[in-house]
Amino acid sequence: MKGNILTIMKKELKRLLGDKRILINAVLLPGILIYVMYSFMGYALAGMFAPDAAPLQIAAVHMPTSVSQMFEAAALPYIDIDATDVAEIADIKSLIAAKEFELLIVFPADFDTMVDAFDIKSQTTTAPNIAVFYNSTDSDSERVYAQVAAMLDSYEATLANKFDVNGGDEVYNLASEKDRSGQVFSSLMPLLLTILLFSGCMAIAPESIAGEKERGTLSTLLVTPLRRSELALGKIFAITIVGTLSAISSTIGTILSLPQLTGGASDGLPLFYTMGDYLLLGIVVLSTVLLFVSLMSILSAFAESIKEAQTYMTPLMIVVMLAGVTGMFGGAAEQPLVYLIPVYNSVQCMNAVFSFEVVQLHVAITVVSNLVYCGALAFILTKMFNSERVMFSR
Amino acid sequence: MKELLRVQNLCKTFTLSAKQQRLEKTNEKRKVAVDNLSFSAYDGEIFGLLGPNGAGKTTTLRILSTLIKPDSGDAFLDGKSVVREAEQVRTKIGFLTSELKLEDYFTPNYLFDFFSDLYHVDEQVRAKRKHSLFTRFGISRFAEVKIADLSTGMRQKVSLAIALVHDPEVIIFDEPTNGLDVITAKTVTDFLLELKQEGKTVIISTHIFSLVEKTCDRVAIIIDGKLVTCDALDKVKNGLSLEDRFFAIYEEVAGGVE
Ligand SMILES: Nc1ncnc2c1ncn2[C@@H]1O[C@H](COP(=O)(O)OP(=O)(O)OP(=O)(O)O)[C@@H](O)[C@H]1O
Ligand SMILES: [Mg+2]
Repeated sequence: MKGNILTIMKKELKRLLGDKRILINAVLLPGILIYVMYSFMGYALAGMFAPDAAPLQIAAVHMPTSVSQMFEAAALPYIDIDATDVAEIADIKSLIAAKEFELLIVFPADFDTMVDAFDIKSQTTTAPNIAVFYNSTDSDSERVYAQVAAMLDSYEATLANKFDVNGGDEVYNLASEKDRSGQVFSSLMPLLLTILLFSGCMAIAPESIAGEKERGTLSTLLVTPLRRSELALGKIFAITIVGTLSAISSTIGTILSLPQLTGGASDGLPLFYTMGDYLLLGIVVLSTVLLFVSLMSILSAFAESIKEAQTYMTPLMIVVMLAGVTGMFGGAAEQPLVYLIPVYNSVQCMNAVFSFEVVQLHVAITVVSNLVYCGALAFILTKMFNSERVMFSR
Repeated sequence: MKELLRVQNLCKTFTLSAKQQRLEKTNEKRKVAVDNLSFSAYDGEIFGLLGPNGAGKTTTLRILSTLIKPDSGDAFLDGKSVVREAEQVRTKIGFLTSELKLEDYFTPNYLFDFFSDLYHVDEQVRAKRKHSLFTRFGISRFAEVKIADLSTGMRQKVSLAIALVHDPEVIIFDEPTNGLDVITAKTVTDFLLELKQEGKTVIISTHIFSLVEKTCDRVAIIIDGKLVTCDALDKVKNGLSLEDRFFAIYEEVAGGVE
């Protein structure tokens, strides 16, 4: 019994891993693609916010002493423009429009005295207005504008200061560095991992079952004394191994690219997880791959061709993605019974592992229930291999 | 002589899907493929199932090789029921048809070992058998070439060798020479005779008269799933050529060739 399962597994592995096309598509490419894609996304995001190498160009008219001190403190150099130099001001405005100049700030001539004179309750004088010209399509200009506007806003707030919130020098956010990065990780990883696991399996399961059926090589096995259950298990195990390799490749790609993607927010994060965390994650991932493979095997056995099998899997993919999305929000589910729901349970477990809140009972329920589902599905697959309707329909 | 195969009142009806109805150009929901078929084959002979397209030859052989189950009736191979003792039947037979393909990706050498594993053939026996079969069919030179890169004839020979990895007592062969050139076809027919010489029982299906005349000891003619006659080749021919005799029978049964 065991011998035959092993024979089938060996053949499948030789077939799947020996085929360069499958090896590259299903195992190497996911990891490489993810690394390149996320790193690129990370660099693009970082580039959007990183200061330009070229110095910022800021001009101010009637810069009051109170504000100029703030500019100095924020290390924002600016040039003073004379209010009477109308041509120069118009020039700067068109430079800003052409994205060659970042900002022009125009204060009223006697800004500081006007501010002192203005009383918010009596409103005998009009409130002084500051004009800040910028270009929202120029990322540098947009950024400096946001910075200056925030600076002026907080200056305005201090003028009528009644109380402060978090105004001191203490660290008010008491979440540890580890927890904060865990949050980033736990909201991203469950969805990513689930999708990667699914697509990894999807690259091989149809090939191994629907493909063999389509090419007429499966019936050749059915005339041998090999039991149908041995065939089903041998195939499921072999596809699971390759699917897991694909998952490992994707995970390595993700972990390597994460520092770039999150702009350093998760720097060194993988180090925070213990071996125990990784072990639990590994068990969850393995049982999930097993479940995906069993489901896909059944769909593949129904299908007449690889293409047809892939069509059947699209609805399943959508369900899996929806389950994956539930892992993006909030903490993991606390009610133990929901860990009986396939796919959803895996996503919740991953979320828990990544946010350092893993409950071993939940993982146990998840893994055991997944194994039970796989057993049932393998039984169905065996029945299907036995069914002439499925195997020999024309 | 020992009765090695006994087929008893075998019946098989297919339910046609809408697509199959269109393909078969029929409105009938059901197709009787094998209709109360009974015959026997004896140890050491070559037995031929002769019939026109759609007669039910392939269906019968699939039942004998345990790929599909009959609706009623049974067949016994060396006393083992194809319905209830399928696994034991499978160890006794080698089944060959053009529908059973070998995986393109592998080499004859690998496949021979793989199937030997599935039949639990002892390492030493396997090596000897491989050597003699590969030499017999001239496969040795191609032993490490992927099936995908072999010619149709060579593939057929590899299939033949692999169907024999477990040295089966009965070889069931659906349309042995279909799609083969005359030279490969001759290799195959010669081999059938060799198998007989070795004492094996061979059951073939075909619609080719000359193949039956050259190889078969006994022949069953089936038309529309029903057995029309089953006897020694000479008795069936009754002094005529097999072809003439067949058409005479066909005229009686089906009312002539339209
Ligand atoms: N899986 C199936 N589903 C539906 N009908 C089938 C199926 N298999 C065979 N049939 C039908 O049963 C009848 C007998 O088919 P079978 O293949 O046994 O004939 P055959 O004697 O082998 O013919 P041929 O010489 O064309 O190979 C045919 O009418 C065929 O269309
Ligand atoms: Mg046929």
